[in-house]
Amino acid sequence: MMTRLETELPALPETGLARREFLIATAGVGGGLVLGFLLPRVMGPQAKHGAETSTFRTESRPFVPNAFIRVDPDGLVTLTVHKVEMGQGTFTSIPMLVAEEMDIDLAKVKLEQAPADDKKYADPILGSQVTGGSTSIRGAWKPLREAGAMARILLLTAASKQWNVPLEECTTSGGMISHGKSGKTVSYGEVAGAAALLPIPQKVQLKDPQHYRLIGTPAKRLDTPSKVNGQAKFGIDAQVPNMKIATVAASPILGGKLTSVDDSKARSIKGVVQVVKLEDAVAVVADHMWAAKQGLAALDIKWDGGRNASLDIKDIVGQLQEASNNQGRAAPGVVARSVGDFRKTFEQSKHRFEATYQVPFLSQAGLEPMNCTVHVQPDRCDIWVGTQVPTLAQAGAMTLTKLPAEKIFIHNHYIGGGFGRRLDVDFINQAVAIAKQLPYPVKVVWTREEDMQHGIYRPYYYDKLSAALDDQGKPIAWSHRVTGSSVMSRWVPQMVENGLDPDAVEGARDPLYARDNLLVEYIRQEPPGIVTGWWRGVGVTHNMFMIESFIDELAHLAKQDPLAYRLSQIDHVPRAKAVLQLAADKAGWGGALPQNQGRGLSVQFAFGSYVAQVAEVEVGKDDIRVKRVVCAVDCGTVVNPDTVVAQMEGGIIFGISGALYDQITVKQGRVEQSNFDNYRVLRMNEAPVIEVHLIRNNEAPGGVGEPGTAAVAPAIANAVFAATGKRIRTLPLVPSLMQT
Amino acid sequence: MISLTINGKSTKVDADPNTPLLWVLRDHLQLTGTKFGCGMAQCGACTIHLDGEAIRSCVTPLSAAAGKQVTTIEAIGETQAGKALQAAWLDADVPQCGYCQSGQIMSAAALIKQNPQPSDDQIATAMNGNICRCGTYGRIHSAIKQAAEDLKKGGAA
Repeated sequence: MMTRLETELPALPETGLARREFLIATAGVGGGLVLGFLLPRVMGPQAKHGAETSTFRTESRPFVPNAFIRVDPDGLVTLTVHKVEMGQGTFTSIPMLVAEEMDIDLAKVKLEQAPADDKKYADPILGSQVTGGSTSIRGAWKPLREAGAMARILLLTAASKQWNVPLEECTTSGGMISHGKSGKTVSYGEVAGAAALLPIPQKVQLKDPQHYRLIGTPAKRLDTPSKVNGQAKFGIDAQVPNMKIATVAASPILGGKLTSVDDSKARSIKGVVQVVKLEDAVAVVADHMWAAKQGLAALDIKWDGGRNASLDIKDIVGQLQEASNNQGRAAPGVVARSVGDFRKTFEQSKHRFEATYQVPFLSQAGLEPMNCTVHVQPDRCDIWVGTQVPTLAQAGAMTLTKLPAEKIFIHNHYIGGGFGRRLDVDFINQAVAIAKQLPYPVKVVWTREEDMQHGIYRPYYYDKLSAALDDQGKPIAWSHRVTGSSVMSRWVPQMVENGLDPDAVEGARDPLYARDNLLVEYIRQEPPGIVTGWWRGVGVTHNMFMIESFIDELAHLAKQDPLAYRLSQIDHVPRAKAVLQLAADKAGWGGALPQNQGRGLSVQFAFGSYVAQVAEVEVGKDDIRVKRVVCAVDCGTVVNPDTVVAQMEGGIIFGISGALYDQITVKQGRVEQSNFDNYRVLRMNEAPVIEVHLIRNNEAPGGVGEPGTAAVAPAIANAVFAATGKRIRTLPLVPSLMQT
Repeated sequence: MISLTINGKSTKVDADPNTPLLWVLRDHLQLTGTKFGCGMAQCGACTIHLDGEAIRSCVTPLSAAAGKQVTTIEAIGETQAGKALQAAWLDADVPQCGYCQSGQIMSAAALIKQNPQPSDDQIATAMNGNICRCGTYGRIHSAIKQAAEDLKKGGAA
């Protein structure tokens, strides 16, 4: 019989509830087995290097049954998934965990989207029902395998009792239980009812990784068939009987309010049904989008621009610069981390270097514009939407409708590109506010222009890095002062302690280099008018650009090869060293390139994964062409290797758009960019050849959705330097390069 | 009333002749496989075929389709090229979020029809009007090559 590794189930909560309630098996409708289980709250993995990343600290909290496995008498296994699918592949990798331990085919697992419920479906790392932060597999890894193993052992036990044979003589495969000696077989479905009546064991055995059938083997995504024939339903595809379509215009000046609207012309357009006024927006409701769009264009709207009416991007950058230089401030920034004595070492050193880096506001620009369908009735509110945060959507609707949570139904859909934008519910709240004024369901669809100009943007950061080098050129003191908006103060204020936003300094707090004398500070400076939020790669994205550009500059100062320089400093992080060496080897680091071409690299530890990239670029008169990106990844245990590769490929393409072209700027209080003609994103003819190399091991799984994005911008900036000798410290690179 | 043929069915649509085909398909006919992305022919998510040619339905008025054949993602699998492309898409596991993929497949189907054995450059040029924010370009490229190869062998799945 296959060896299995024993695992202690999570500690019992302090409330003294019996294990029976903690991990509960019950008879399902029609005689099946229903297994509810708790996803224990875990802390971490903390941003530490090495083996520490694999240890989770279990934190007890009141019991609530969490996800559910259901085994029907016909053998169908249904898994309620607490995550939403937005392209990252968790609708395939999460069922893989369960199917692996249950010894069933992946195709046998049917998925159901969990309803909005923080008590039952919170992510173990994030603490609420959120799909984001590259947490899905990291959080699900242990509890979902345990749940699968629990289901299997209960089914196996039920069969052995039925046959009156020792449990050890029974085996499972393909959803069947067999007793070799007697040749008896029975399906899971046939014993599901009996299994549900068994006591829950204290321990379950997890498979030894050497016996994995599914984990670590490429699996075809379960959602692909519906995504090649037009059948996949995104939020924007929701169809509700008697539904109308609305499109909106919010104040073109950020933060402005509606003064008045003359809708007489709009109302005369065929198909226009109603005009709805909100405090800061107007919606035209129509039979279809075309009439709604025409109606919106026909409105004569007066706005009160308010205090941002003359706001310019230069003002915002000026404020950041001033804050960073600490002018007029009594206290310096919040200290995020202090090791040794940076100031003394820096001041006493002969070799000092400082540089300032800037990254712009960014739109996520997912291809599916913001949209939400809502039907508000006196006794219930239904919301059809694609959201990364169903419980936040529910909470917003509760406030607006005064209905209790159990009367608000979130029908979550596939997301046509999340990238962090759908971690916010502004557009859902707006749709609820509109629907409240209507006696019928309404689908509110933003135009691309509305989407881009009323976004929730990745913050502008203005960072100063300083280092002192020893006589051999090695950094012996390092400081990083991050200045910018605090997303967490708006989004999860409870995670901001003493003014320190952990996201703003993620990756900066724990650099791979110069760890003996380290000072990391954060200065919060909020931009007027602009709401800041999440963008693929979050804090790591800007900090890695800063850090990996800066270390490249130090290598140049030390007259050393950027690869050798980094390798000589990261002996304490062997997994980082290994990915860096692998990426460099595969890229042919050091090999000759034609004129105007260059190679640059980056290495990072973030989201529990080690990633190194080498970018090859060609710098032309007015453009930068990324020709090739070689990426090496160590994300610990790989669940679906093809998904890891796909996420790296996608993260790199997303990151290249941000590195080369993208920025949201403001003039006279208005966002200047409006559509893909002036917010340029990478296209197929501009996409590089991408090679992804995985280092395989049995360490705890790391996240893969975001690291690829964070690693590519510095690799490109360093490659531009290698090609031209020009150091670009402000993203996006193409406009910055044109100004040099 | 404007008459046109949609996915082989003759259809009469009661809509303003200036209505972009995108909204006729999505809002009047509930054919939601065709996606809205930009509204100004920048992203390609709304690509459909009009008499076999790839067009951006967000900027093509209903009147331009009068008496013509419209094909959408819902029916592209009934064509030889469409079938081969869908099979290749599955084989390469191309989609991530999937939102752009209807338009990608429709552009690819028009390309293959016009040029059954496209070169790498021809593929990149033909497809550069279709944005994919998830970054599946490499896989789209490989899948088109694969489909072209399968069609040449006559072995389309």
